[in-house]
Amino acid sequence: MSLDASEVEKIAHLARLGIDEKDVPDYAENLSRILGLVEQMSVVDTSHVEPMAHPLALAQRLREDVVTETNQRELFQENAPAVEDGLFLVPKVIE
Amino acid sequence: MHSKTLAEISAGLQQGDFSSVEITRAFLDRIERLSPELNCYITVTDKQALQAAEQADQQRSEGKAGPLTGVPLAHKDIFCTRGVKTSCGSRMLDNFIAPYNAGVVERLDSAGMVMLGKTNMDEFAMGSSNETSFFGAVKNPWDLKAVPGGSSGGSASVVAAMLAPASTGTDTGGSIRQPASLCGITGLKPTYGRVSRYGMIAFASSLDQAGPMTRTAEDAAMMLNVMSGFDSRDSTSVDREVPDYTANLSDSLKGLKIGLPKEFFGEGLDAAVADTVQAALKEYEKMGAELVDISLPNSGLSVPTYYVVAPAECSSNLSRFDGVRFGYRCENPTDLEDLYKRSRGEGFGEEVKRRIMIGTYALSAGYYDAYYIKAQKCRRLISDDFTKAYEKVDVIMGPTAPSVAFNMGEKTEDPVSMYLSDIYTIAVNLAGLPGMSVPAGFVDGKPVGLQIIGNYFDESRLLNVAHQYQQVTDWHKQTPDAYK
Repeated sequence: MSLDASEVEKIAHLARLGIDEKDVPDYAENLSRILGLVEQMSVVDTSHVEPMAHPLALAQRLREDVVTETNQRELFQENAPAVEDGLFLVPKVIE
Repeated sequence: MHSKTLAEISAGLQQGDFSSVEITRAFLDRIERLSPELNCYITVTDKQALQAAEQADQQRSEGKAGPLTGVPLAHKDIFCTRGVKTSCGSRMLDNFIAPYNAGVVERLDSAGMVMLGKTNMDEFAMGSSNETSFFGAVKNPWDLKAVPGGSSGGSASVVAAMLAPASTGTDTGGSIRQPASLCGITGLKPTYGRVSRYGMIAFASSLDQAGPMTRTAEDAAMMLNVMSGFDSRDSTSVDREVPDYTANLSDSLKGLKIGLPKEFFGEGLDAAVADTVQAALKEYEKMGAELVDISLPNSGLSVPTYYVVAPAECSSNLSRFDGVRFGYRCENPTDLEDLYKRSRGEGFGEEVKRRIMIGTYALSAGYYDAYYIKAQKCRRLISDDFTKAYEKVDVIMGPTAPSVAFNMGEKTEDPVSMYLSDIYTIAVNLAGLPGMSVPAGFVDGKPVGLQIIGNYFDESRLLNVAHQYQQVTDWHKQTPDAYK
C-alpha cells in the first residue's frame, strides 16, 4: 500500500493536523513504509477469529448516577490559552 | 549514599543512619551536577522534594513511617503531578501545570515517597530511543553516544546513573522493559488493569500500563506493593486483592518450568545478545528450573498488529489536544479550523503526527475492516498463543531487545527500523500480560536484558524468578564508571 501526496493531505485534514507542503513527500514515504509493515497481517487467515478489543474480557463497570465531580472550573481554566468570564475563547464561528 | 537500593534506603531510614532530608539532598546534588549532560530530567522539583522529605522525617519521629516513607523517587513526565509541569515530552504540554495527581502519584505520595522530579521521555510515549522528546534526546549513562531506549528513557537513565533510586515508567509496547534492558536496570510492566491509569496521559488505552523501574527485583516488589490496586476512576482498573509482592521473593525455583519460544531466538537477534541470554538460562537450570521449548506461532504478527491498534487508539486519545481548553495554541488563528490545524501541527512532533495519521487512516471509512478489525483479530491469535503456552510452562523467557543500545540517529530516518526494537516486548502488551526485564550481562560494554513474561496477575512469581537470579548474579549491581 502506497500513499500519494493527495491522500496524505486528506488524512492530515481528517486528523486536523497542519503539515507543511514541503514535508508531504516525507510523510507519504514513511506512512507508506509503515502501511507496508502493517500489511504483513494479511498472511494469516482470520475469517473465523473473534476480534479482541481489550486484553481482559471484562464487562464495563457501572456506577450509581450521582454527582462525583466538584466544580473546579477556575482551577482547570488556569491551563486554558484564552478565557473570558469563565468561557473558553475561540475564533468567531458564527457570522 | 546514592548507590543504595530502595530496600537499603528504607532500612537506613528505619535505623536512623540518615534522614530523608539528607538522602534527598544527596540525590538533588547529583541531579544538579550530572543531569544536564544526560538530559534525563525535564523538571527537578527540588523545593517540594525537601519539603516532602522534612515531612517524612517528622512522620518518622512520630512513629508513623511505612517502609517507603522518606524514600526519594522520580516520576515519568507522563503522570499528572499537581502544581508541577506535566509535559509528556511534548511542546503541546510544555505549558501544562497538572491540576491533580495521577492515581499512581497519589499512592506513592501517601506511602511517603519523595518526588525528586519528572523524567524525560519520548513525546507522548511514542518512541523506542527517547529521541522524539521535545526537550531533546536522553543519553545512556553506559555510553553517551548511545540511546537509553524509550519511551521511558529518562526514567531508565536516572536509575542507571543513580540520580534517583527508582522511577515510575509506563509501557505500551515495551516502554519500561526495553529502556530497562538498554540501561541495565530492572523494569516491570504489570498485568493490564493492575495499576491505575487515572491521570496517566493516554497513548493507547487498551495497552498502556504503569510500572516500577528500579535497580533490583526486591525494589520493584516494594514499589509495586504501593502502586497496585483498584481505582474507580479508571474504568479498566481490576478490582482484585493486592498480594504482598515481597512475600515470595525467596521461594525456590526448583521445578519451575521456563518456556523458550523459538520465535524469540531466531532471525533478527544479535548473536552476542543471544549468547548472553543463553548464559542466563543456564543459571536458571542450575537453580533447578526446567527449560521447555515452546512456540508462539503468531508472534511475528505482533509488530504489524501493534502499529494499527496503538495508532488507532492514539489518534482518538490525542484528538483532545485542540488548542482550546489546555495545551499549546498557535498564534493568531484565522478561524476555528486554522486554530485546530496549526495548534496540532505546531504542537506535535513528527513521530506523533505520523502515528495520528496512521491511526486516522486505519479508522477511516472503507479501511476500518481491513486494518482495525483485522488487527483486533490478529491480536486474539497472538494472545491465544500465550494462553496455550501457559498450559505447559510457568514463565516465558527470552531477550528483552534484539540488540544492545544503538547509537543516536541510527534509526531516526526509518521509523520501521525503530519499531523493530520492540519485536520481543509488543506481544506482551497486546495480550495484557505482565513482563519484566532484568540485567543479564554485557555486550561491548553495554547492558543486555533478560525478559521474563508471566501469566495474568502472576507478578509475585515474576518478581520471585527475577530476585532469585539476582541472588546468584551481580549484573544488576554493575554501574557505569562515570556515575559511580
